[in-house]
Amino acid sequence: MVIGAGAVGAAVAFFASREGLRVAVVDRGPIAGGTSSAGEGNILVSDKEPGPELDLALLAQRVWREDLAEHAALWEFEAKGGLVVGATPPAVAALAGLTRRQRAHGVEVTDVTAGELPAHEPYLALELAGGAHYPQDAQVQPMLVVAHLLRLSRSSGATVTTGAEVTGFLRHGDTVTGVRTTRGDIGAAMVVNAAGPWAGAVSELAGAPVPVLPRRGVVLVTQPLPPLVRHKVYAAEYVGDVASSDAALQTSPVVESTPAGTVLIGSSRERVGFDRTIPPEVPATLARKAVALFPRLASALALRTYFGFRPYCPDHLPVIGPDPRAPGLWHACGHEGAGIGLSVATGKLLAQGMTGRDTELDLTPFAPDRFATAPPVP
Amino acid sequence: MRSSDVLTADVAVVGAGPAGLAAAGEAAAAGLDVVVVDAGARPGGQYWRHGPGAEGPAPGTHGRGTFSTLRAGLGRHGVRLVCGHQVWQAGRHDDGFVLRLRPVHDFPHDDAVERVSARRLIVCTGGYDRQLPVPGWDLPGVMAAGGAQALLKEYGTVPGQRVVVAGTGPFLVAVAAGLAEAGARVVAVCEANAPVRGWLRRPLAALGEPAKAVEAVRYAAALARHRVPYRTRTAVTRVHGDDSVRAVDLTALDHDGRPREATRTTVPADLVALGWGFTPSLDLLLTLGAATRLDGDGSLVVRVDDGQRTTVPGLYAAGETTGIAGATQAVREGLLSGLAVTADLGRAGRTGDGVDAGPSRSRRAARLRSGVRRGRRFAEALHAACPVPAGWTAWLAGDTVVCRCEEVPFAAVCHAVRELGAEDPRTVKMLARPGMGMCQGRVCGFATALITRHLTGHPSTAEALSAFGKRPLAAPVTLAELAASDDRTAPRTAPWS
Ligand SMILES: Cc1cc2nc3c(=O)[nH]c(=O)nc-3n(C[C@H](O)[C@H](O)[C@H](O)COP(=O)(O)OP(=O)(O)OC[C@H]3O[C@@H](n4cnc5c(N)ncnc54)[C@H](O)[C@@H]3O)c2cc1C
Ligand SMILES: Cc1cc2nc3c(=O)[nH]c(=O)nc-3n(C[C@H](O)[C@H](O)[C@H](O)COP(=O)(O)OP(=O)(O)OC[C@H]3O[C@@H](n4cnc5c(N)ncnc54)[C@H](O)[C@@H]3O)c2cc1C
Repeated sequence: MVIGAGAVGAAVAFFASREGLRVAVVDRGPIAGGTSSAGEGNILVSDKEPGPELDLALLAQRVWREDLAEHAALWEFEAKGGLVVGATPPAVAALAGLTRRQRAHGVEVTDVTAGELPAHEPYLALELAGGAHYPQDAQVQPMLVVAHLLRLSRSSGATVTTGAEVTGFLRHGDTVTGVRTTRGDIGAAMVVNAAGPWAGAVSELAGAPVPVLPRRGVVLVTQPLPPLVRHKVYAAEYVGDVASSDAALQTSPVVESTPAGTVLIGSSRERVGFDRTIPPEVPATLARKAVALFPRLASALALRTYFGFRPYCPDHLPVIGPDPRAPGLWHACGHEGAGIGLSVATGKLLAQGMTGRDTELDLTPFAPDRFATAPPVP
Repeated sequence: MRSSDVLTADVAVVGAGPAGLAAAGEAAAAGLDVVVVDAGARPGGQYWRHGPGAEGPAPGTHGRGTFSTLRAGLGRHGVRLVCGHQVWQAGRHDDGFVLRLRPVHDFPHDDAVERVSARRLIVCTGGYDRQLPVPGWDLPGVMAAGGAQALLKEYGTVPGQRVVVAGTGPFLVAVAAGLAEAGARVVAVCEANAPVRGWLRRPLAALGEPAKAVEAVRYAAALARHRVPYRTRTAVTRVHGDDSVRAVDLTALDHDGRPREATRTTVPADLVALGWGFTPSLDLLLTLGAATRLDGDGSLVVRVDDGQRTTVPGLYAAGETTGIAGATQAVREGLLSGLAVTADLGRAGRTGDGVDAGPSRSRRAARLRSGVRRGRRFAEALHAACPVPAGWTAWLAGDTVVCRCEEVPFAAVCHAVRELGAEDPRTVKMLARPGMGMCQGRVCGFATALITRHLTGHPSTAEALSAFGKRPLAAPVTLAELAASDDRTAPRTAPWS
């Protein structure tokens, strides 16, 4: 039983039903109605420092490219590669340090000199100091990922119920035995919390809190343009923003084009709770920085902005695995700005765990009870 | 930024149609400082369009006197009129609203205005044609009925010789009459419903809008004079042509509104005007968070109280934005919003140049409110008499384009619902792309919602339509303009730091 029909819930349903488990997905809204339809579809290794999240991202690379290879066209998987650029020699030097550490960890990356940049991206601004090319960075259309993973799950016997909100848990002692929803109770031996930025609230209902919080992001969409941007391009400062805990507005947009010809510019990062009013300076800043990278974008028309709430944890790692505080409850949440890319690795790991096998990756860094404060010393 | 780039006022009004002009005049008469913004080159909105080269609506235009009175009032009370500017973004701040403007390019400008800041905002942005796809509707020569009427009013020309007007509602009759008077041969007017004793025969005064009855009689007479055939329960079910319209199929509809194949006839034509009613422009209101409801015609409209206040403090709406109900109603609502804004800003009792004192104001407000209720009843009756025929999707083929910008065929929408699990128009848009292109669903949104309803069996809720219709940029704007709209100080270090 999976709570949440976003990318993460859909991936869990897909891998669990493929393992022969009987799966029921419930969502209070439509499918892909949460964060998974309010972001972009970058699958990045480039923005991650060596550590557990990079390990997860590298596993995700294998899942997208090998396990799911036959379905790649369904969700417009495009292995376009990423290009990270630095404006100043110090920024490029810092980037080179990162690429060295990443390379040692198994990331494919080549440093690019200023002179080589135009060969990668002919329309980039001229005054850049250098960069790095990441062939593994890729792109998908997230809503199609969700819809097709759920469709494939249904064909292996899963059910998907929309318009059903989880309002409580069924318990037997500490053990979770199902959920209470606005459309009736559903019994289940295992319940997966894949409620995205609302996973914190769901975990509270189960009495096993995980601190998942919203971090707002805004994306700007242009009119369809002739080919202008080949890779996912962003400034080196982005990596710092991703890892930052600063509540203030940060914008170092990734600029990329989609198969439809539109250019996506996103996104900002702000911790403002679930505030749905976007201050005008946010899209303005995104536009300014995108034009700084690609001067030709100045005359492109922006058609739309949209926004969503990334589900993040204070230590910027997702929560994946069984919850010892409530046996039967599993978590798959808190993927922040990488939940599309990481969804399939998460689904695969959870399905391995739920069928009692060793997981391909050690789940300890993602443990749900890692946030528990140490008991006070008497 | 030059100081003239930024205007500050007590009240900003967006839209200089019947509703906006009335609202601005009323608020200004009470001594409030008012700015009106409109994308058009001259005030008047959809209804009072200016004839070729002329100032003011062409002689004979209904309500021309009202226009002149309202227009004169604006001048007398010092309303600042900013024409030729589109509002592309609206935001709220602590003590009011900020509008961001861009000049409309085909209009010459000396003084471009970039921003308007005001304590109160009245949104009177009107509406636009609802369209339904039909095979061949993407050929040149197929137009929205409102679009055909607008061309006629503004340029006095008809872009065709043999015209078919089809869809539903009395507006078809108005358009057909206009086209016929301008010299086009109107081969047929096809009304999808069966208003047997409807607007052509029974005086609309019965519904409490005498002015409408007069209009209707005039149009009916024009159609009779030009021997225009008026067919009920009939629709255009296919448009033929290679590079442009050559002919259309006319098919009678059964009681469920499905085409009765056996009745199909093909008639030569080079212009088709299709009208399925209108839907309000809610971009600014939705972005500002105003609550909505579904109107009797299935359109999403904004909720207002009896002073035209939306659910957002300080934000008012009047005219088509609150429900499609015609120009007379728009004027009443505009006046009412002007009175409410005056009262809310504590100017109700002020007297001055031609300004009523408090008690007479409240009597006028009461009169207007009862007029608005009457207008609403009239509109509801009209909406009930002219629904979109339930079975209309039967005339779609798999390859009929639903969304022109993104070239999404009907089959792709069916796939999104049947195979991919979409249950509402927003999810359909996400999975099949109707509404993702240049027009952002303004053209195909209505059809997408109806097709989704047809395929799922569930009508869209107001909530689902709001999610689908949310457009934070009310008009496209270049990235350079967007970047320059940041009022905070210029970039500090590197442009991307
Ligand atoms: C602007 C922006 C850009 C982004 N760009 C990228 C990117 O390029 N690459 C990337 O990998 N990631 C990106 N992300 C992050 C990514 O979108 C998220 O990490 C991911 O969508 C999370 O998926 P999810 O399934 O966990 O959550 P969601 O998609 O939010 O799904 C959770 C679901 O749970 C449901 N739910 C919640 N509570 C209940 C309840 N009580 N009962 C029933 N159902 C409930 C919700 O309705 C929702 O459908 C971006 C995010 C944003 C905001
Ligand atoms: C072609 C046509 C013919 C009609 N004929 C008749 C008829 O014969 N009889 C009848 O009773 N009714 C008729 N109507 C309906 C009538 O025109 C409307 O009821 C009336 O105009 C509504 O007034 P309004 O002020 O709400 O909106 P409108 O008159 O539509 O005015 C809205 C104004 O807002 C402006 N605007 C919108 N968005 C923005 C923005 N973002 N920035 C700046 N400006 C903006 C537009 O330029 C427009 O001028 C017709 C409508 C149409 C479209």
